[in-house]
Amino acid sequence: MPYIPHTKTEIKSMLDAIGVESIDDLFDEIPASLRAGDLTEVPVGESEMAVSRLMHERAAQDGQSLCFLGAGAYEHHIPAAVWELTTRGEFYTAYTPYQAEASQGTLQLLYEYQSMMTGLTGMDVSNASLYDGASAMAEAVLMAVRANRKSKSKRVLVPGTVNPAYRKTAHAIVHHQGITLEQLDYDQQTGVLDINKLPTEPGDFAALIIPLPNFLGRLEDLDALTDWAHQHKALVIAVVNPVALGLIKPPSEWGEKGADITCGEGQPLGIPMSSGGPYYGFMACTQALVRQMPGRIIGRTVDLDGKTGYTLTLQAREQHIRRSRATSNICTNQGLMITASTIHMAILGEQGLGKVASQCHANTRSLVKQLTALEGVSLLFEGSYFHEVILRFEVPVKDILKSMTAQNILAGLDLSEAYPELGNCLLVCATEMRSEQDIERYAKKLENILLRNESVKCPIKPKW
Amino acid sequence: MSEIPSDLKYTSSHEWVRIESDGSVTVGISDHAQDLLGDLVYVEAPEQGTEVQAKEACAVVESVKAASDIYSPIDGEVLEGNETLADTPEIINNDPYGEGWIMRIQPAEEADMSSLMDAEAYEALVASETH
Repeated sequence: MPYIPHTKTEIKSMLDAIGVESIDDLFDEIPASLRAGDLTEVPVGESEMAVSRLMHERAAQDGQSLCFLGAGAYEHHIPAAVWELTTRGEFYTAYTPYQAEASQGTLQLLYEYQSMMTGLTGMDVSNASLYDGASAMAEAVLMAVRANRKSKSKRVLVPGTVNPAYRKTAHAIVHHQGITLEQLDYDQQTGVLDINKLPTEPGDFAALIIPLPNFLGRLEDLDALTDWAHQHKALVIAVVNPVALGLIKPPSEWGEKGADITCGEGQPLGIPMSSGGPYYGFMACTQALVRQMPGRIIGRTVDLDGKTGYTLTLQAREQHIRRSRATSNICTNQGLMITASTIHMAILGEQGLGKVASQCHANTRSLVKQLTALEGVSLLFEGSYFHEVILRFEVPVKDILKSMTAQNILAGLDLSEAYPELGNCLLVCATEMRSEQDIERYAKKLENILLRNESVKCPIKPKW
Repeated sequence: MSEIPSDLKYTSSHEWVRIESDGSVTVGISDHAQDLLGDLVYVEAPEQGTEVQAKEACAVVESVKAASDIYSPIDGEVLEGNETLADTPEIINNDPYGEGWIMRIQPAEEADMSSLMDAEAYEALVASETH
């Protein structure tokens, strides 16, 4: 049986209806130079040995760079068991199955995931995940505007220290619904919001976003910001790095009442960096807001015989039932990614995650110590950080990064585009993966590059 | 056959309206509506002071099957949402015209009541929808 969904007659009638001649006409917006053209022949088959060799060669082109780059995606150790188990046939699916209750194993796994996320964030309920951290933040904004019954405002306050990519994504998703993200400026001396300089009359706003850690690596005054937002009848959206919660108190304990919604990027929990995705977003909230939370939620119940069973719950506001008035029409969950994350968290446990977080912090301290010992490198902000910091240079970092990359070291993120006001700054990160030798290698290479630049600036005069 | 009290007014979206002696109106959903929705599990009544417009969604009732909007029958201001529904939404199933009221509204001066149906017209509507 051919798997061709449409007959020639059907295709012709559809093309006639929209007034074009052929299917190719539908693609005429794509310049001819970008088109792949027809596949005229398939090359002759190669042996398995030749193919593996080719693939290894291709993979090697990516290089085995030593990574000191963070800025949203982090290289952590992933125990071998995580993906060995995740890719077993029983788990190997990207979505919550449509006939969900027939797949009790998948639902139980999602339930365990939710339980772990509530444990980690301290919130009452978690959904079964979203696309990624940035879209999770956008969903949290939409949710806060829907849920805040004390405010009809469509303004949400966003510190300038929230990941710029998240701000862009959130803007793209929410602005067509009339929601404005209003930036709160950070203090350029400290890299955090100054609690004494917050607007005294901020007007009506639905929510305040608080990042942990912020994009500049710093820790905001979580308690004071949370209380400030609540005093103004706004909700608090925490955007957190889940590994940081191994060391820092969960959003449920921020301020007097705790954050209302917690979201973030789940990649650090067992997902390889893999050139930017697939990742997953997590979202958790207080019991009071559960009916406004988008996405799948799995509940545990008992069947007619009293045996434990798992089921999709609180579906009444989802898109297959509520159509355009659903809590979200753009969300799904990342089943495979959170399968890996759940196994990852189960293997690490609370203590393991705490150790990972501590080791990240210790390694970053060591990195800071070694790099700031070099002439021309200093720490931009004093004060607490988790596993990312900003280093200030006397020369633009673009060329330094280029030279470091040539030495197979991803030395950090040049902040001159996103934060030009900070000057020549580099955002660097050392996770638990970076050994003392790795850090020494970074310092040594950087020292050489800086010295070389120095020598260009003060050329030695020839003796003759 | 569901119960349709003759002293109330109705909307085509299945809300009932009682005009009180002080000029305010009480709004709920009809017996027919609660029967269609099934067991209610959650009700989001509007906050006091909310300005509402006729045919504007201003409350949500959620059953095990679906979450449905409740539309204001008239322009006005919400005097009170029924707080007890938050913990005991099932009173709408048990007593849709009494304890299960959803909100009280102070109609705006120009509020138009003439488009509301009487019991007879509503009964005809329900009959036409069920056949």
